[in-house]
Amino acid sequence: MGLVVSAIAFLFAMAAAGIAAKRLPQASTVVYGGTAAACALIALWAAVRLAGGGPDASLVLPVGLPWIEAHLRADSLSAVFLIVVNLGGITASLFGWGYERAHHDSHGGPVLPLYPLFLAGMNMVLIAADAFTFLLSWEFMSLASWLLVLSTHRESETPRAARLYIVMASFGTACLLLAFGVLATAHGDYSFAAIRAHAPGAGAAALVVVLILLGAGSKAGLVPLHVWLPLAHPAAPSHVSALMSGVMTKVAVYAMIRVLFDLLGEPEWWWGGVTMGFGALTAVMGVLYALMQDDVKRLLAYSTVENIGAIVIALGLALVFKAAHTPVIAALALAAALLHVVNHSLFKSLLFFAAGAVLTATGSRDLNRLGGLIHRMPTTAVLALVGAAAISALPPLNGFVGEWLLFQAILNAPALPDWSLKIEIAVVGAALALATALAGACFVRLYGIAFLGRPRSRAAGEAVEVGRAMRLGMAVPAVLCVVLGVLPTPLIRLFEPALRLLVEAGPFDGRAYQPWFWLAPTSAIGNSYNGLIMLVVIALLSVVLVLGIHRKASDRVRWSIPWGCGFDGPDSAAVTQYTASSFGQPIRRAFGSTVFRARDHVDMPAPGDTRPARLSVTWTDPAWVAVVEPVSRGVAWLADRANRLQYMTIRRYLTLMFLALVVLLVMVAVSQR
Amino acid sequence: MTMLLATVYQILQMLLVLALAPLLTGWVRLVKARLVGRRGPSVLQPYRDLLRLLRKEVVLARNASWLFRTVPYIMFTAIWLAAGLVPVFTTQLALAPTADLIALIALLGSARFFLALAGMDTGTSFGGIGSSREMMIAALAEPAMLMVVFSVAILVRTTSLAEIADFMMSGTVGLRISLALALIALVMVAIAENARIPIDNPATHLELTMVHEAMVLEYSGRHLALVEAASMLKLLLYMALIACVFTPWGMATAGSGVAAALGGAVAFVVKLALGGTLLALFETSIAKMRVFRVGEFLGGALLLSLLGAIFLYVSRGV
Repeated sequence: MGLVVSAIAFLFAMAAAGIAAKRLPQASTVVYGGTAAACALIALWAAVRLAGGGPDASLVLPVGLPWIEAHLRADSLSAVFLIVVNLGGITASLFGWGYERAHHDSHGGPVLPLYPLFLAGMNMVLIAADAFTFLLSWEFMSLASWLLVLSTHRESETPRAARLYIVMASFGTACLLLAFGVLATAHGDYSFAAIRAHAPGAGAAALVVVLILLGAGSKAGLVPLHVWLPLAHPAAPSHVSALMSGVMTKVAVYAMIRVLFDLLGEPEWWWGGVTMGFGALTAVMGVLYALMQDDVKRLLAYSTVENIGAIVIALGLALVFKAAHTPVIAALALAAALLHVVNHSLFKSLLFFAAGAVLTATGSRDLNRLGGLIHRMPTTAVLALVGAAAISALPPLNGFVGEWLLFQAILNAPALPDWSLKIEIAVVGAALALATALAGACFVRLYGIAFLGRPRSRAAGEAVEVGRAMRLGMAVPAVLCVVLGVLPTPLIRLFEPALRLLVEAGPFDGRAYQPWFWLAPTSAIGNSYNGLIMLVVIALLSVVLVLGIHRKASDRVRWSIPWGCGFDGPDSAAVTQYTASSFGQPIRRAFGSTVFRARDHVDMPAPGDTRPARLSVTWTDPAWVAVVEPVSRGVAWLADRANRLQYMTIRRYLTLMFLALVVLLVMVAVSQR
Repeated sequence: MTMLLATVYQILQMLLVLALAPLLTGWVRLVKARLVGRRGPSVLQPYRDLLRLLRKEVVLARNASWLFRTVPYIMFTAIWLAAGLVPVFTTQLALAPTADLIALIALLGSARFFLALAGMDTGTSFGGIGSSREMMIAALAEPAMLMVVFSVAILVRTTSLAEIADFMMSGTVGLRISLALALIALVMVAIAENARIPIDNPATHLELTMVHEAMVLEYSGRHLALVEAASMLKLLLYMALIACVFTPWGMATAGSGVAAALGGAVAFVVKLALGGTLLALFETSIAKMRVFRVGEFLGGALLLSLLGAIFLYVSRGV
């Protein structure tokens, strides 16, 4: 434990170094290198801890409020998330080092001092073992990421994004504050151990569940609290976007798991039902939003919303099965959730890095200004393809394994006693399947428009491949995506202590024969999946096929200009190609017309008129209409009312103070009685 | 010994599906031609077409990348492997525990993903039309198919195809309204996924109505041969899948001998002939629908399959 705390202290030192050595050319090398080293140390420590077992590490630091010390503790659940956070930290540091050098820009705000602080904040949340330390670290993490978003303050969209982010982050922290307040009311002790020992009553627990879903959900991006996420995540520099989307949302998932599975004790069935419902809504809405975006990074941020939806569905299922006393299936669902947490942190980082590489090379993240990058940036194109295929849940990559485990848990619904829940699970399963299929469409669109076809702008046509550090930063998660897809079982085995801690069972309990390369979870249904054999068979068949074809077939190749409906040859602007919006049009018409009230407006000039025809698409965001606008109106109204307090005479101020004192005294008198 | 036999069966199955796929397509074309009063080409014509394509040179668009040239191989391998996973004449297949129905659907999804990317690679508008429509169709067809799997899995308690076939053959299921709904949904999905009328027309080259054909428009030579062969395999795969889940009778099971496997193969050919005839009958008796009505068609399939699952809960209390 001392090691983790010193590594975090080292991160703070790196932040100080970032401030001190701002002008030095080696500053970024030192800061990113040091951060990566500290992250590697923590990740390694967590992995060893998980594999080796042993008692939880804990530490009490005499800091913080005078009568509350800072309790730190890393159990197996913390260790799992420590690995996720720090793995993301390592790759982001590697990529960020290259990215920073490519974007040498003196106008932007400081990234170097804030970047290690952000990682330190996330690590502190994971090892906090009392509500005070937890909230402090949580707020620290939020503020650090907020400042990182502000580092691009010269871009026109950033101020609005940052403002919305700080409002939503404060809202989330307020909900968490209330939740922990409710949890600690019974006995007045804020340490997690004490909260765990005194389970709250049914009403209090219900309140906590709702508050946690609101508080951690707003950070994770649960619909309809997601509105800030697609604005704030893309605004930051790309490696920070990757951390925010790939890793910080997972810290929010950690908070949900910690409270719902650990601190609250035995769950009730409806917790899972509500959680699952939110997850399903989030998954489907997230990917539909993503399909409408033209901005690469915003598309990825919306896709994060979708993936968080899938993770939350898995959490809901695990709660439901835990409440129904079928712990093995609960472990299966929770294993799916944790696996998807790891998977998503990998491929989302990878895709954000790829977006960053594209931004570096072309200066644009607008899909309609990209195209043909597979020719100009071959390595990035291959790595981004791995990411796109993994996030679209294609076998034998890692995204599919998570999806497969989740479906296995869903297929166990008949084991539940309550049939309204079974029907809900059927509907949630359909929603998840829909979201997965739409994600496939979404990433065909992203990859096809950005990397394939012909360049849609001059910058895209003149792009050059990015530097070695950036490519390496992308290659690491890409390789891990393949490895985890082929051999997921060792990783799930690594999670087992955490699963046992939370649901008191492992997903492989009771199955006799369990080789390490075979994924065959225990459940009522005897299914199995083997990515390794799949990969080997695919490789074998491909070899047979290629050899067979090249022995028999003609291998002559002629290059020619394709028929472009009368447009002669490759037009310089490549306007006859499909654009991002035209690719999305069928799906926009099928889904968007009801959900987003999306409309296509065609302005066709009369015959003889020479002005150009125009097609425009309008859509409204239901979350803005239903949630953000009423809330911001409400906040403005309240602020107006509160504003009066600032223009009162001293007489009235004194009266108010006196009244407040009386009320407080009455409250004390009543509660002390 | 069992493992060895299962491996032999697996290899035989991979070869059998490869050999039969063009025959099935030829058969469907022949029956369709006869139904509309033409003589039609021989059932062997697809084999000749494929061989001719293999001998031709490949014409590539100037802008085509390595992805465009690799995709036919990726796609064919994925569909070939998927076709090898569906038990056609015996349930003893070596690869049966490697991948279940969900993995099979995902394999088909991979093939589609890469083909859609290839459609966008040349940077022409046809490829874009095809890819975007194909992904829209898939976005509804895939969940509908997963829901069919869900209904069947509630009943059979497994998603392993071999075990599903075994269970269905044991006769303990009986007639169920949910299975009927699942069957209808699966047939609708199969029609959409194989680009058949009324969703798409495999014989059209009219720009505005093409989906699959638009996506593969720039392919030629050996690449086109692979893409076409993969489509044929996919048609066979869906028929085999429907046969395996809903009419597995005649298939050899664990412990039965080589004679039973031979019988299974004969039964499979008969089933294919029957399925091909039904498909041809259906296709000649219906008109193609507008592209934007496909959403309603497949949304219907999704709802039917979901309804099937819910009926099962309500009726059986499982």
